[in-house]
Parts: sequence; C-alpha cells; structure tokens
Amino acid sequence: MARTRHPFEAAIEAIIRLSGYSAIIFVALISLFLLREGLPAFGEVPLASLFGARWYPIEGFYALGPLIWGSLVVTVGAALFAVPLGVAAAMFIAEVAPRWLREILKPLVEILAGLPSVVLGFLGVVVLVPAIRESLGLPTGLTALTGSLLLAGMALPTIVSVAEDALDAVPSAYKIGSLALGASRWQTLWRVTLPAARTGVLTAIMLGIGRAIGETMAVMMVTGNAPVVLLGPQALVAPVRTMTATVAAEMGEVARGSVHYHVLFTVGLVLFAISFVVNVLASMVLLKRRAASGRMLS
Amino acid sequence: MTAGERRLLVQRVAFSLLGLATALTVLPIILIVGVIAWKGAPALEWSFLFDAPRDGLRAGGIWPALVGTIYLTIGTGLIAVPVGLAAAIYLSEYARETFFTRAIRIAIINLAGIPSVVYGLFGLALFVLFLGLGTSIVAASLTLSIMTLPVIISTAEEALRAVPQSFRLVSQGMGGTKWQTIRRIVLPQALPGILTGVILGLERAAGETAPILFTGAALFLPQLPASIFDETMALPYHLFVISTQVPGMPVKVQFGTALVLLVFVLSMNVLATFIRSTYRRRRQW
Repeated sequence: MARTRHPFEAAIEAIIRLSGYSAIIFVALISLFLLREGLPAFGEVPLASLFGARWYPIEGFYALGPLIWGSLVVTVGAALFAVPLGVAAAMFIAEVAPRWLREILKPLVEILAGLPSVVLGFLGVVVLVPAIRESLGLPTGLTALTGSLLLAGMALPTIVSVAEDALDAVPSAYKIGSLALGASRWQTLWRVTLPAARTGVLTAIMLGIGRAIGETMAVMMVTGNAPVVLLGPQALVAPVRTMTATVAAEMGEVARGSVHYHVLFTVGLVLFAISFVVNVLASMVLLKRRAASGRMLS
Repeated sequence: MTAGERRLLVQRVAFSLLGLATALTVLPIILIVGVIAWKGAPALEWSFLFDAPRDGLRAGGIWPALVGTIYLTIGTGLIAVPVGLAAAIYLSEYARETFFTRAIRIAIINLAGIPSVVYGLFGLALFVLFLGLGTSIVAASLTLSIMTLPVIISTAEEALRAVPQSFRLVSQGMGGTKWQTIRRIVLPQALPGILTGVILGLERAAGETAPILFTGAALFLPQLPASIFDETMALPYHLFVISTQVPGMPVKVQFGTALVLLVFVLSMNVLATFIRSTYRRRRQW
C-alpha cells in the first residue's frame, strides 16, 4: 500500500533509525579511541618492560602482569563467595520460597544491585577493613580478601537475577513430569530444573564475574593498591593492585599524551577486551534463549 | 528409616542450606542500609544539606556536591532518554530480525558490561580532549549517558513489545500512519514501563564515580558551577574523597554523606518499583 509520506514523518523515522544504530556506533567509538590512545604504548615502552614483573611508572616500569594478576586474585576470591551463594539463592527464590517471600526477596536483591559501589567501598573502609585486620591478625586490613568480599556483593545481584530468570524459564512440563514420576521437589530441582537451566546459570556466573573484574571504586578503596605478585593462598590476605584501580588512581595525575597516559589506556584496552569476550559469549546464550521462547509463543 | 523418609530428610536439609545461602545474601543488604541510616541520621541538619564544605572538607555541608549530582543526573537524562527511547522504538517497531539487528543487540549487551572506569577513559579521550569540551558537566553527562543507554534501550524495548499487536493493527486500520500509531497508541501504553527503565538507568548514573573521575568531577568548589562547561562536585566522588583522601575526617560527616547518596539513589529505585507494580495491576490487557 503506497501512502504519500509526510516529510515530517520521514525525518522522524531517519532519527529513529540512526538512534537504533547508536549502540553499535558507541561500541565502535569506544574501541577506536581506546586503540588510538592505548596502542602508542607498544611503541614507547619496550616489550620487555610491558611484559616484565614490575609496575613502577615513576621509574619507567610498566608491567601489565602484576595488575592483571591483582584483578585475577580479587575476582577469583569474589567468585568463591558469590557463585555458590548466588546460585543457591537463585534456586531458593525461584523454586523453594513461597510467593510472599519471593515478593520480599526480589526487591531486596534489586536494592543491592542499585547500591553505588562507592557506598560499599566506604563501608568497606570503615567496617570491613578493621574487622579483617583484627580477626586475622594482619598488619593491614587492606587486602585482596577485603576487595573480594565487596566484589562478591557487587556480583551477587547479577548472578541471582540472571540465574533466577533461567530457572524460571524451564518449562513447567519438565517439573510436573518429574514430580509425577515420584521424585521429590528437591530431586526435581537438583536433577531436572538445574541441569535444564545450566546454560542460563553459567551465563549468570559469567556476567557476575565480568562485573567483578570491571568494578573500580570499591576495589580501589579497600585493596591497598600494592602492585606485588604473591603466589599461593597468602595472596588473598596481602594488598593487591587491580587494573581498574590503577587506571582510576593514576589517570588523574598523569600528563596528557605521556607514556604513562598511553599505558593506562592500554590497561583500559585489556579491560575492554575482557568484557567484550565475556559479553559476546553471554549475549549468544541470552539471545538464543530469547529466539527460542519467541518460537514457543508463536 | 524408609526410603521415602530419607528422601524427605535430604530435601529438608537441602532446602535449609539454600535458605541459609539466601539469608547470607540478603541480610548484609539490610545491615548495610541499616548501619548507614543509623549512623548517618545524626548528621542530617539543614546546614549539612545546604552549606558548602569548610575546613578542608572536614566541616560544613554537602550542598555543591548534592546539586552537582542533580545536574549530572538531569544532563544524563536529557541525552540518554531521547536517544535510548528512539533506539528502543527502532528495535521494537521498525527493525526486522536480521543479522544486523542481532549485532545491535550484542552491542547493547556489550555496552552494559563495559567497566565503568573504561567509560571514564573513553569520555576523557573523546569528549574532554578530542572534542575539546574540557572536564565539564557536559563531558561527564555525555560519558554517563552512554553508560546509561543500554539500560534504557532494553527496558523501553521490552515495554514497547508488551503492547499488544492488535492495538497497532486497529490504529493503522483506521488510517493512522506508522508514526501516528507509535506516537498516539504505542508510546502512551508503554509509558509506565519506559519510565521505570529511565529511572533505573538514571539511578545507576547518579551513583557512579569512575566515569566522572577524569571527565568532570571536582575535588572541591566553594560555589555552584556557573555553566555546563564548568567542573562540578558530585556526591559519589565526594564520598570517595572524604573516606580515603582526607586524614582526620569526622565519621559523622562521612556517614551523613553516604546516607544522603543512598537516599537519593534508593528513592529512585523505590519510585521505579512503585510505578511498575501500580501499572502492572491496573493494566487491562
């Protein structure tokens, strides 16, 4: 049907179309500008220094290793707390809790998701840091463990809500069938519902961990920011310096266009690359489920 | 013990453990909000809210930081809401499910996952330096709005898609154009859902520190910014500064600042939840 199009309407549609592309435009712009400011570092800093073992910018040591290690230690620590707690809480909220309790628990988890990270960091400084120092008898409470605990708090809401959605999306025919065969509610949850939702639950874990790696303020405030590499479990109770904290703490002080400035953008590039991989993998799962549920509805 | 009794025992133990994990997740939230409210409440006086900080931030109030955060939130909304809403309309009303649309969706999920400090770097490189906006309210708002976009796009798209297809068909059947249908039928029906998403997105922007660190946040300004090209103080950055950078900072002022930030952010959260539940109940279709 050919209807004469009003010029006003055509203009509006052009704007809508352009905005539709905005997400792609911004992802492209972000990678472009990170590359533009970060790549020069590979020409300015000898590779031996970039891949060395010391981060000490004042003397020209720009090793990325200790920072990546710091992020890794804190994130693994956070996952140790957040993954079991988050998945268990999602199972409880989705399948065990009565309706009224669910209506209370879900908004509470949303509140945790909405807490600014600087507020968690502040409480970490005044409550958690002294508590950890005293209870573990450490010289300082500014440790990787402190950061891990806060990060677990930031990753939990993501894990709980995405995993809960995945458990919720399991067709009830599966559960009813299992119960009809005589399985208990727990057996059904453990052997039918959870395995059926496993990709969604794994996505939840991945998104939660992705969020933890990228977290900045809370981590910077409580981890002591010492760029040292300690191997073994003692790494958890010593200060560390993460990639995000390094960028946040040092970018304010460096001269624009200096070597240090470019290296900090390189660190940003590494962070961007990690989040890119995590999110592309996660979106494949999430979008596939969306398409599948679309088919079921139509 | 019979097999059936054993099974019920296992179930009881398992469910108790799941309940325990949920309690460990939820109780800290209540504790966090409780402690901040309890210890921050004594600091809340008119002079704390409406005075500028004094004595190297150790005394006085938080007025410039509070106003700065309001400015940044409004600035972010002015940029992110039109773009995000238009993008949602595109995805829900215009785009077909092609490879390209899939790429847009992947880009949206990607934007949502980029670390906040990387947004700060990007804002510094593009807005502050390349476009020459300097460290300013505009540069910080632009940075925050890109970070907010994915939240607004995905919630608004969901709200638009929830409007039944028959509404669109009836409108077009009576001679409405595509845009008239969107403007007069679809948008008004989806408004509560869109509003919820906008508020949740802005809530996140209001509480963020890392994206504004190098794009517009000032350590201390005795008066309010005069134009959108000035730097501004902001509540989250102020809380960061007074809890790590100022020796001998009175705890009462720290908790007071944390409480104001928390109330600011959580009231937006409550408002969004309220709008969502009210309209879900009232919805006729």
